Amino acid sequence: MTALVSLPVVLPLVAAALSIVVGRYRTAQRVIGLVTLTGAAGMAIALLVHVDSQGPIVVDAGGWPAPVGISLVADRLSAIMLCVSSLVLLAVLVFAVGQAEAERIHVGFHPAFLALSAGVSLAFVTGDLFNLFVAVEVSLMASYVLLTLGGRREQVRAGMTYVVISLMASTLFLTALALVYSAAGTVNLADLRLAIADLPGGVQDAFALLLAVVFGTKAAVFPLYFWLPDSYPTAPAPVTAVLAGLLTKVGVYALLRTQTLLFPGSAQPGTLLLVVAGVTMLVGVLGAIAQDDIRRILSFQVVSQIGYMVMGLGLFTVAGVAGAVYYMVQTILVKTSLFLTAGLIERTTGTGRLARIGGLVHRAPVVAVLFLVTALSLVGIPPLSGFVAKVALVEAGVASESYAIVAVALVASLLTLYSLVRIWTNTFWGDPLPAGPAVASEGGRGWAVMVGATAALAGLSVAAAVAAAPLYDLCARTAADLLDPARYVEAVLGR
Amino acid sequence: MSVLLAFVAAVLMGVGTYLVLQRQLSRIVIGVGLMGHGANVLFVLSAQGRGRPAFTTGHDKGPFTDPLPEALALTGIVITFAVTAFLLALAYRSWLVTHDDEVEDAIEDRLIARRTAEDETRRVLGGPLSDSDPEAGLTDTDLAGDPDRQRDRDRDRDSGRPGDADGGDPPGADGPRGEGP
Repeated sequence: MTALVSLPVVLPLVAAALSIVVGRYRTAQRVIGLVTLTGAAGMAIALLVHVDSQGPIVVDAGGWPAPVGISLVADRLSAIMLCVSSLVLLAVLVFAVGQAEAERIHVGFHPAFLALSAGVSLAFVTGDLFNLFVAVEVSLMASYVLLTLGGRREQVRAGMTYVVISLMASTLFLTALALVYSAAGTVNLADLRLAIADLPGGVQDAFALLLAVVFGTKAAVFPLYFWLPDSYPTAPAPVTAVLAGLLTKVGVYALLRTQTLLFPGSAQPGTLLLVVAGVTMLVGVLGAIAQDDIRRILSFQVVSQIGYMVMGLGLFTVAGVAGAVYYMVQTILVKTSLFLTAGLIERTTGTGRLARIGGLVHRAPVVAVLFLVTALSLVGIPPLSGFVAKVALVEAGVASESYAIVAVALVASLLTLYSLVRIWTNTFWGDPLPAGPAVASEGGRGWAVMVGATAALAGLSVAAAVAAAPLYDLCARTAADLLDPARYVEAVLGR
Repeated sequence: MSVLLAFVAAVLMGVGTYLVLQRQLSRIVIGVGLMGHGANVLFVLSAQGRGRPAFTTGHDKGPFTDPLPEALALTGIVITFAVTAFLLALAYRSWLVTHDDEVEDAIEDRLIARRTAEDETRRVLGGPLSDSDPEAGLTDTDLAGDPDRQRDRDRDRDSGRPGDADGGDPPGADGPRGEGP
């Protein structure tokens, strides 16, 4: 069973190397990528089942015991995130193979995509703060490459902003690590929990804030969100989908993990996180309303969605954190599939500008259905998964008597509905406009593969709503684990 | 020694931050490098029991310094190096396609700012609000950048230097074209 923890990291890395070697043969690259990610998804599901019934698995990398070596830890949260991320990565890769636009630009697509997969998986299973830094860097490096593959003018401009802001966050992370190590003398997360508890209160607060800023930048929360809508929309559709859908949530995961595990209740910046969450929701959705391009609207909504997860964390109750975890799972599925749908729209019409599209419901009814299901789910219309997530968060907020944030969350939902209705009326209703040259007709194998991948993700999000009760129970157990770190510490250190 | 190193780290960070806030890509790259050095110096400082020797020989069994921060700093240096190399490549590519060393504004931002200004004018004059395509009526020059820069690019292209005015590259054509600066 211990192999299941390290294989989701090792396998994609080896496959990435292989993928470079066979770079000239696209079919070989495809087979390697698809087989690896299918395998990773299977292992992640097995891991989740095992961890949920038997408790966390700890692997000491290199055989060095916990505080000295790097430990890989798979607890419920790690296993859930691994599961969702590997399924999403697989679906996006299938979409990319069908679309062939992103994939054909450069032989580097498959290796970079697999490296991204390895980095994201490592970020989820690592039990070491410095190793988390390395994992985040691996996935960021891969995302830089994916974002700028092809080197078009717009991509280079957007890539520059993205790389520089990510580097700033990474440098701050390094600084925080140096400070944490000099104060606590360890970088193992479980060991840090024990060491940080002995530090003076002011130092604890400083570390909690420093890490919140670092991961807040990666996750694009309020004052640090501006890079996201500028950089993500320029890449090919599948790349935008995986970056916006998955990579920002690595930041949220790190925020969840570090704030709950490392710091005792007195140092958790609950109120600050709630304020930031509220502003993030509103600013993101207002930005979305001002945009004219489908992908930019969706990118601003990503920012808004991050606010809901931070809200769940900011409450620091079992119900709140459970809501945040459930929200994260469903928003990764919904958001990725929305971005893929946007890719389908652009594929049909040749543009993503609202003013130049119309009447698509006649030309591509399947795309219309896919968009409707995922968009309504994002807004939180019952009975879709977004509704379950938002009810969970609102109930948690009311239970903690944080009425202000609940009100903000509801208003932001309403505005989200407005921004999505704008896409719907402009794109699918109305008279068909003679838009730019359509890139492809709705026939052919490639189109079927793309629609299939998008529909699979949308179907998963619907499944998350159908299986809401068991899934939410799982999230509640996860939240209980997170808020009682003694279990994690005992699993890693054996005491 | 600790105070001196802390001071060095602070100066590196400060200078790096200043350079990153500039608009020229070359300065940003240097600034990012300096900030990385600052963080690494901080790592060296964070060692428990600093001032002791890094290695001891077989005869001298005395206490030696904590090796972990060195290992962490080394990893940090490698990562900073790789990212800086990527950033330089990106800056060079940016110079190839825009023939300029400055970070550009996003076109979308400019379009929205422009539409807001137009709406404001119409509201004052009492005309209908624009609900049309914001790109309509924009020339290529508007979309590609400042007129001045466009002229520069045209001139460079005429004189046979690299510079790609429209940014539309054939897929896969990735290497440097023309004969460089």
